Amino acid sequence: MAVALNQQQEFTAKLKQIEEMLKKYKGQKGALLQALQEAQNIMGYLPIEVQEMVAETLDITLSEVYSTITFYSFFSLKPKGKYQIRTCLGTACYVRGAEKILDRLKTELGIEVGDTTDDGKFSLNACRCIGACGLAPAIIINDEVYGRLTPDKIPDILKKFE
Amino acid sequence: MEIYRAHVLVCKGTGCVASGSEPIMEAFEKEIEKKGLSKEVKVVQTGCLGLCELGPNVLIYPEGSYYCTVKAEDVPEIVEEHLLKGRIVERLLYKERDTKERYRSLMDIDFYKRQKRIALRHCGLINPEIIEEYIANDGYRALAKALTEMTPQQVIDEVKQSGLRGRGGGGFSTGTKWQFAANAQGDIKYVVCNADEGDPGAFMDRSILEGDPHTVLEAMEIAGYAIGASEGYIYVRAEYPIAVKRLEIAIEQARNHGLLGKNILGTDFSFDIFIRLGSGAFVCGEETALLASVEGRRGEPRPRPPFPANKGLWDKPTIINNVETYANVPEIILKGAEWFSSIGSEKSKGTKVFAVGGKINHTGLIEIPMGTTLKEVIYDICGGIPNNKKFKAVQTGGPSGGCLPASLLDMPIEYDTLIQAGSMMGSGGMIVMDEDNCMVDIAKFFLTFTQEESCGKCPPCRIGTKRMLEILERISNGEGKEGDIELLENLANSIKASALCGLGQTAPNPVLSTIRYFRDEYEAHIKDKKCPAGACKALVHYEIIADKCKGCGMCLKVCPTQAISGERRQPHKIDAEKCIKCNSCFDRCPFGAIVKI
Ligand SMILES: Cc1cc2nc3c(=O)[nH]c(=O)nc-3n(C[C@H](O)[C@H](O)[C@H](O)COP(=O)(O)O)c2cc1C
Ligand code: SF4
Ligand code: SF4
Ligand code: SF4
Ligand code: FES
Ligand code: FES
Repeated sequence: MAVALNQQQEFTAKLKQIEEMLKKYKGQKGALLQALQEAQNIMGYLPIEVQEMVAETLDITLSEVYSTITFYSFFSLKPKGKYQIRTCLGTACYVRGAEKILDRLKTELGIEVGDTTDDGKFSLNACRCIGACGLAPAIIINDEVYGRLTPDKIPDILKKFE
Repeated sequence: MEIYRAHVLVCKGTGCVASGSEPIMEAFEKEIEKKGLSKEVKVVQTGCLGLCELGPNVLIYPEGSYYCTVKAEDVPEIVEEHLLKGRIVERLLYKERDTKERYRSLMDIDFYKRQKRIALRHCGLINPEIIEEYIANDGYRALAKALTEMTPQQVIDEVKQSGLRGRGGGGFSTGTKWQFAANAQGDIKYVVCNADEGDPGAFMDRSILEGDPHTVLEAMEIAGYAIGASEGYIYVRAEYPIAVKRLEIAIEQARNHGLLGKNILGTDFSFDIFIRLGSGAFVCGEETALLASVEGRRGEPRPRPPFPANKGLWDKPTIINNVETYANVPEIILKGAEWFSSIGSEKSKGTKVFAVGGKINHTGLIEIPMGTTLKEVIYDICGGIPNNKKFKAVQTGGPSGGCLPASLLDMPIEYDTLIQAGSMMGSGGMIVMDEDNCMVDIAKFFLTFTQEESCGKCPPCRIGTKRMLEILERISNGEGKEGDIELLENLANSIKASALCGLGQTAPNPVLSTIRYFRDEYEAHIKDKKCPAGACKALVHYEIIADKCKGCGMCLKVCPTQAISGERRQPHKIDAEKCIKCNSCFDRCPFGAIVKI
């Protein structure tokens, strides 16, 4: 109960922060993408409350905001896990077996790409070349790159975050 | 500036950071301090050196000694021996793969010897976060020359005569593009840099931005002067945080030095540059979609003409060039069109940067004169295919390109030869594949990508690529039918002819080129229900050859589904029902007892 209350407070605080941040974009041309990027950096994702706020400040329709969010893969409508795992499915990683790495991550975490584990700990996504092709296949967990992977290295890596 | 007798360059490119170059840099700083060398030896961070696979990479100048795969425990020895006593630590120097020879200077090793670095000239050599280092290496001299000694038309002529063509994919003459924008009517014009780097398997633009951001700023200013623009935008992917940070630092420093902003270098030319973050949509690399995205809208392409040179950003005349294209410009202005056009081949001048990856010994970033053959790149520079496997194909041009077979390895790398062969130059991804890669699977990989990235505006691309993908999926699942290959070809040709933008027009290339060169592999999937490379899951199963199995139990330990059973020292067995074909046992078996059939 106390936890839920805390979460609620945090959410409200972040909404306030976004409201402040958005002020500078009022009436500015072409600011939608930048506003959304900044808002996502604060909240971690873009819930309906944030979308409404952005629409109102920039004086555009909610559907325009929504269709822009869904167009760009950078934006997320769902909250992400504490540890965000991104599997590189760039070409260099793919030809070196990235799909098998992704399969193993799915099995170990019991989730599909784009989902978050029930305990909110891990979320799993695919991404493109992260510039570490020399270490292919590679994944990133939060900001750290793990390279030269084979599927059986996955359980040990995940254990570090237990 | 203070004078140091030696410089330790630690690569802080993405690849090396991933393999741990940050602690190495700290270790050098600490150790040098400890030995009281801080006033004599400077530790510097640089951008990608090219051989990322061997990171963390360290260079020590003036000798140019190249230490690779450096570990924290090696640092005291390097400092003590090399920096204090002047004795190169041979043991840690890079070792040539074939001859096992160790060279004392980076420039002597095969990987570098055959390269020609123009766009990458500063990468790995200067600290990208310090403008003075760029200036000390001829930085902003080209801008000064253009502003004080050349008219805008002379700048355009120089670029035209150099023969520089766009490095972002299309290969359009850069000088001609600038001329169109210069001729276009309008008091407000824009210069845009395309740093969206859409090819999912390439990272050269990122490396230039991370290793030498000022070059791009300088070139954009020169372009601005040439066409009469006073504002520039760099559209860079939000997924490239280091590149964005270095650009921000560079812009700030250039402004503080009077090299960007009002009255640059005391002239009456004013120009400023702003960053816009791309949010992960491949189609936004297409120029009209990119402009829509800079304007803050959904990045959907629109028909051309009108071309951006006449109607671009906010409908004003605009030039858009790729990062690498810009990186060549200052050198062309400084050294002249004649110098530049003497490099490369008849129709493709200068050099091209490639991010070489996949099944290749030296994965990394290279820059070669145009006209170099594929074979020279793959074998002489990048050291060939690892693990004694057989070369199968090389893919260039990313999702818009194609797969070329061994019979074309002697082909020179040029815009036109690549197109004739059914691929394209693209932005510089070069992925090498060996006998374990299935061409149907690779075609499916690229088509999955373009299909997901199609903006959906026009039906041939939206529906056509989906149909093609369904057929490919059927084939790789062993449900291919007679006539599927022809069906794919027909669909491909009609999409190419009718799609609105480059994404749709080129999306069928990976499929067409693999059919053209590897038709037998498609047929094996369709007729024999077999995947010769053993890559398509539905068509392979795993078995243990009892004669070869020593019963070591390694496979049993790594199997995630307990599909393997067997007593120690006895032949093991795989239960096909439980096996999820994860390949772990195959990778692990030390005796080659596991086969895919
Ligand atoms: C689907 C698609 C994606 C593209 N992606 C990129 C890209 O990531 N980077 C790039 O520089 N050009 C890309 N281009 C090419 C641009 O449209 C444009 O031709 C280029 O930026 C012009 O610069 P250049 O003449 O210096 O090459 C892409 C084109 C298409 C059709
Ligand atoms: S070809 Fe594809 S990406 Fe290009 S406009 Fe049409 S649907 Fe969009
Ligand atoms: S392929 Fe994977 S699941 Fe199948 S037996 Fe081998 S280790 Fe087990
Ligand atoms: S790893 Fe190879 S040799 Fe060892 S038990 Fe498994 S199949 Fe047999
Ligand atoms: S393709 Fe995965 S890091 Fe480049
Ligand atoms: S990142 Fe260090 S060599 Fe490429």
